[in-house]
Amino acid sequence: MINEDRVTELKKISNEIRKSLISALAEAGSGHTAGALDMADIFTALYFHLLKHNPKDPLWADRDRLVLSNGHICTVQYSAMAHAGYFPVSELKTLRKFGSRLQGHPWREFLPGIETSSGPLGSGLSQAVGMAIAGQIDTGNRRAISSRRPVQKTIYCLMSDGELNEGNTWEAVMLAAKEKLGNLIAIIDKNGIQIDGFTKDIMPTDSVADKFRSFNWYVEEVDGHDIKAFIDLVEKIKTAVASVAPEMRKPVAIIAKTIPSKGVPEWEGKYEWHGKAPTKAEAEMAIKNLR
Amino acid sequence: MHEIISLNEKLFETDVEKETTRKGVGEGLLLAGEADPRVVVLTADLADSTGVGEFRNKYPERFIDVGVAEQNLVTVASGLASAGKIPFASSYAVFNPGRNWEQIRTTICYNNQPVKIIGSHGGVTVGADGASHQMLEDIALMRVLPRMIVLSPCDAIEMKKAIIESAKIESPVYIRTDRDKTPIITSQATPFEIGKARIFFKPKVGVRADVGIIATGPLLYEALLAAKELSEKGKNVKVLNISTIKPLDKDAILLLAHEAKALVTVENHQIAGGLGSAVAECLATEYPVPMEFIGVHDSFGQSGTPAELIKHYGMTKKDIIQAVNKVVLRKN
Repeated sequence: MINEDRVTELKKISNEIRKSLISALAEAGSGHTAGALDMADIFTALYFHLLKHNPKDPLWADRDRLVLSNGHICTVQYSAMAHAGYFPVSELKTLRKFGSRLQGHPWREFLPGIETSSGPLGSGLSQAVGMAIAGQIDTGNRRAISSRRPVQKTIYCLMSDGELNEGNTWEAVMLAAKEKLGNLIAIIDKNGIQIDGFTKDIMPTDSVADKFRSFNWYVEEVDGHDIKAFIDLVEKIKTAVASVAPEMRKPVAIIAKTIPSKGVPEWEGKYEWHGKAPTKAEAEMAIKNLR
Repeated sequence: MHEIISLNEKLFETDVEKETTRKGVGEGLLLAGEADPRVVVLTADLADSTGVGEFRNKYPERFIDVGVAEQNLVTVASGLASAGKIPFASSYAVFNPGRNWEQIRTTICYNNQPVKIIGSHGGVTVGADGASHQMLEDIALMRVLPRMIVLSPCDAIEMKKAIIESAKIESPVYIRTDRDKTPIITSQATPFEIGKARIFFKPKVGVRADVGIIATGPLLYEALLAAKELSEKGKNVKVLNISTIKPLDKDAILLLAHEAKALVTVENHQIAGGLGSAVAECLATEYPVPMEFIGVHDSFGQSGTPAELIKHYGMTKKDIIQAVNKVVLRKN
């Protein structure tokens, strides 16, 4: 269980990550704001507590993998990476500009630490499944004879609720269950919005939890802005999975309930902020009043 | 300098050996898999009919069947590649790359992961299954993608070598296979190199070719039959086998164009965007010559025997000879 002092530290960091991403978007003049803001707490928890990684050695062979399937919210990943030491925070002002390593949607080869060039929705989970299967092959867990080998790397796949519309997603969900991928944790950003409006109006997906359970995944739900609850949950899950025999393992889905644009009260809950960036004036106001 | 290499001695016999290129896929994968433990194979519920069943039987822990889910097929392969594996993703070409083209573009080409896509059942010669399973657009779809290498071997032996060579290179590769048993044109001794086209038929030593035929895949056999008949009637023909459509062996094509000054291209594919187009693009800015295209003229296939179908769609030896006669008239 994570202690309260550490949680307070992480909350401060999540605010810094929010401020940086808001500035970066305003400087770029375009980009995706709502999802980036609402995932700032989870990105903080991952980059500053949960991930097995080395910012100075982004391609470290034994690292956990973080696959961002909904690549449009990359600004929060860039911001988290910068604050974690992958590159200088000042580089964030190059976001979306010609020649920048921080492309509008992530380009893997430009920025070590990015696991895949994403953007088109629905294929990140499949790629995460591929990485997880590779892990199973390498640890011998894929052979017919089961052996209690420890789960080594964890593959995290971050997804959006809108992306659950894509059929490709469910192909991956089915395969992950078939392959008993106990080393795979999908985190779904359930912020209730997509480009054209609220998910309940454009393409309702509830109950997301029931859907994943019926596809033979292990499912938990959490408040996506409660850093302590999120960290405690992931650690509990990893311990539990490690003690389960390989042939009994299931992939894990954490459904994180979030408020789009969390941290900027004027923008919270509004789907229009999915795909636009703040003006410099709006950014200044937002950073000043960050909650 | 065009060299002749050792082809099947029984090439023009009536009892020439025939084998499916899919068998070459299977043999190639077993050899590649034995040589390199990183090789893994995936299919979308089409293991035996695309030739990957033997790999599944021998290396079950390195084989993944994703079920009837071709989008997942290539994106999971992309993830495997990013984790250090060498994945071969196999299904029918109509679905792979037909259905999952964008995922190939984004997660394999743009993302630069060395996945090898096996698109089986290319061409009308798929036969009785009919149009929905006869892929005629895959060469066009794959050659327009940056970083994608496109291979179209002419027989089971060349296919085996293509698979083995594909596993060794750090690049996405598309490999087109047929369904039918087709004549063995090459031999184990015939050299194979990705990116290199080779002359498979030429006139007597010292005699200049009057026309060049550039062919790809098992339909090369019809081109060779045409060349033989034309040469018996006094025409001097060179036949170039294109087993790599991308990157195209521009030097070999330019050399042939300079010599023959008239070309016929042959492919079991739409004329639009296929081998013929690639050759025309190659020549247009440097050395344009009169050309005729043998292939499917903007239509879908249908049920039939392979022989009936290539006759119906104008891709037989007879059609090639007619095209040759037509194109030489336009030389000046």
